[in-house]
Amino acid sequence: MKGKMVNELLIRGGRVIDPANGIDEIADVLIQNGKIAAIGKKTAAAKKEIDASGLIVCPGLIDMHVHLREPGQEWKEDIESGSRAAVAGGVTSMCCMPNTTPRLDHAGVIRQIIERANQIGLCNVYPVGAVTKNLDGKELTEMRELARAGAVAFSDDGMPVWHGGVMRKALEYASSFDFLVIQHAEDLQLTEGGCINEGKISTQLGVEGMPAEGEDDMIVRDIMLAKLADARYHVAHISCQGAVEFVRQAKADGLKVTSEAAPHHFALTEEEVLGFNADAKMSPPLRCEQDRLAVIEGLRDGTIEVIATDHAPHHEDDKRCGLSCAAFGIVGLETMLPVSLALVRDGVLEMPDLLAKMTSNPAKLLNLDAGTLSTGAAADICIFNPDATWTLDRDALFSKSKNTPWHGKEMTGQVMHTLKSGRIVYTQGQRHG
Amino acid sequence: MSASFKHLFGIAQLSRQQIEHLVHLGESFIELSRRSVKKAPTLRGKTVINLFFENSTRTRTSFEIAGKRLSADVINISASTSATKKGESLLDTGETLAAMQPHVLVIRHSISGACEFLADFLPDTSIVNAGDGAHEHPTQVLTDLLTLHVQAGGVAGKTMTIVGDIAHSRVARSHLLAAQKLGYKVRLVAPKTLLPRGIEQFGCEVFHDFDAAIPGSDVLYMLRMQTERLTSNCCFPSIREYHEAYGLNAARLALAADDCRVMHPGPMNRGVEIASEVADSARSHILDQVEHGVAIRMAVLTALCGNSPESSPSPRSKRREKAESAMRAQGKLL
Repeated sequence: MKGKMVNELLIRGGRVIDPANGIDEIADVLIQNGKIAAIGKKTAAAKKEIDASGLIVCPGLIDMHVHLREPGQEWKEDIESGSRAAVAGGVTSMCCMPNTTPRLDHAGVIRQIIERANQIGLCNVYPVGAVTKNLDGKELTEMRELARAGAVAFSDDGMPVWHGGVMRKALEYASSFDFLVIQHAEDLQLTEGGCINEGKISTQLGVEGMPAEGEDDMIVRDIMLAKLADARYHVAHISCQGAVEFVRQAKADGLKVTSEAAPHHFALTEEEVLGFNADAKMSPPLRCEQDRLAVIEGLRDGTIEVIATDHAPHHEDDKRCGLSCAAFGIVGLETMLPVSLALVRDGVLEMPDLLAKMTSNPAKLLNLDAGTLSTGAAADICIFNPDATWTLDRDALFSKSKNTPWHGKEMTGQVMHTLKSGRIVYTQGQRHG
Repeated sequence: MSASFKHLFGIAQLSRQQIEHLVHLGESFIELSRRSVKKAPTLRGKTVINLFFENSTRTRTSFEIAGKRLSADVINISASTSATKKGESLLDTGETLAAMQPHVLVIRHSISGACEFLADFLPDTSIVNAGDGAHEHPTQVLTDLLTLHVQAGGVAGKTMTIVGDIAHSRVARSHLLAAQKLGYKVRLVAPKTLLPRGIEQFGCEVFHDFDAAIPGSDVLYMLRMQTERLTSNCCFPSIREYHEAYGLNAARLALAADDCRVMHPGPMNRGVEIASEVADSARSHILDQVEHGVAIRMAVLTALCGNSPESSPSPRSKRREKAESAMRAQGKLL
């Protein structure tokens, strides 16, 4: 630390919500040298202030499910553009999935990503290491080595670990070292050829469907294996009623099973695909209303403890080729907060409980040094107006890719400032170097 | 009254009046094809491109003859595609052909929604769906309606029983839509392996037992069975068993009312979904459907070209437009 020079910033008069510490009060947040110095009533003026009256001040959000495409597919996204998208969405920490080229199955690639993210300095990036080499689902990666390099969990996301025997070994090995295994639960034999939810809309449009049962059955199997291995098992992007119920039961049985939901799965249904809208195509697909409500209920009762976006950038060439040929996935970093705030407006969750699902809960699950406003913690902060309305323009997204189903839709809730280690890295409508 | 529309994507977009108009217009064209000089000047100076990404003999030929008998210039393109590149080549091929200023692009493609997708990018070209994936096949259904209009006095109040691979059938889906608009009933007959999920929500009766569905049927509509592909996908165990359960033979036809008609969109698999004794019987209207197909396609081309302006601007592409407006926004002149 440099001599007496104190770099001070005061966030004045906002509603400060820090779920990790149970704080929800109108207060000032004092930041010194990039760290949280104090939360309380501060009358003395600081050298620099942000007026947060009428705004909510919370820890920078954590998105534990992001595809950054670097290395390998930088025309879709890279760590820099993904970081800009993140901070525009109030996200200051994100976990990137291993389906890059090369895969995140070697320590070198993990280190490369962390180093690049630190150079950019906008957003913490925590890599998720591959469960199996090359995501082939056959041989385990050197999980301990990857964890030492910085991997915070393990997943073959993009692909499921489909082979039951391999999944058993992965869970047994990971649990020996208390690693978390994240599963993209998809029974590929049931979803083969499918491109949207199997149901009324797939039948109407005449496209192959992906049945919800293809998600349910793998989760059921995995829960049994997690029990067998006494492992920590996390269901990624849970999307359907059956899956939510199986996870709820597993928790009731005392298993170390957790889950996350993506905003699109609790905000949208398969109806969004009508008109062959490839920007509403992702895996797992948008389901029907009863599934959407089941996911919301799971969020309400705590079955689903994390909201994560499954941010999946794709170039237009991969999307504008007809629904059945289009790539799976949508971007989500910049819409996570406004879309999720509907849960508060609809009375499903109190604001602190919602924010916990994007801050303290994923931090706890992944053991991250993030997602809190504790004194001494890095001043990673999101300041947002929960009531401001704005219209989403796909071309104004910071992400390189524009594949969003919310283009032209009105959003309620707007990120006003994002701070990373006390530095303002995003102000609404402005680009920061 | 005119059936005013720019594209024909499917039955879904058409009102009852528009369907009836096209059927009547089609009826008026039947006679033209029976003359010794089979030519009318209706579409003189119009260019029609048949762009077929899937194999087709009868539909493509039917569109070609329809256009030529109305004096349009008709070009046929059979685009073979690799499985993964389908989409890209579809858009690029569509833009390329649109730049050549045809009035109408007739498209068949294995991707459901291919026509809507292309139309989004080609604002100045009329597009006719000649079959897209398992989504819609509007000209086949209009053809069937013309045949039933001519041969059976229309469809209102009648019961059409469609048998076979409903899951992959664009014809079945288009009929379900037409039935709601024109007031006929649809029964679907297939094992569960060939029925798409939730089909019962589309206003039809579902049967697994063909014999039970026959009494009360006015039309038995047999779908083509893609035997090899479907047996390998476990949709049914064998052709033999399929024919036994769902094939239409004389014995089964005897369960039907005397005036029950047999239809098939072609091409037939004799001995699979339909026995020769039925296909060649007096109850079969399969060749009527082929004849009426030409008349209906004449009607559709006429309805679309009737709206085309005297001259059109240089062809626009949505992608190009977007690039141009971006340059303008940056203050760069083109």
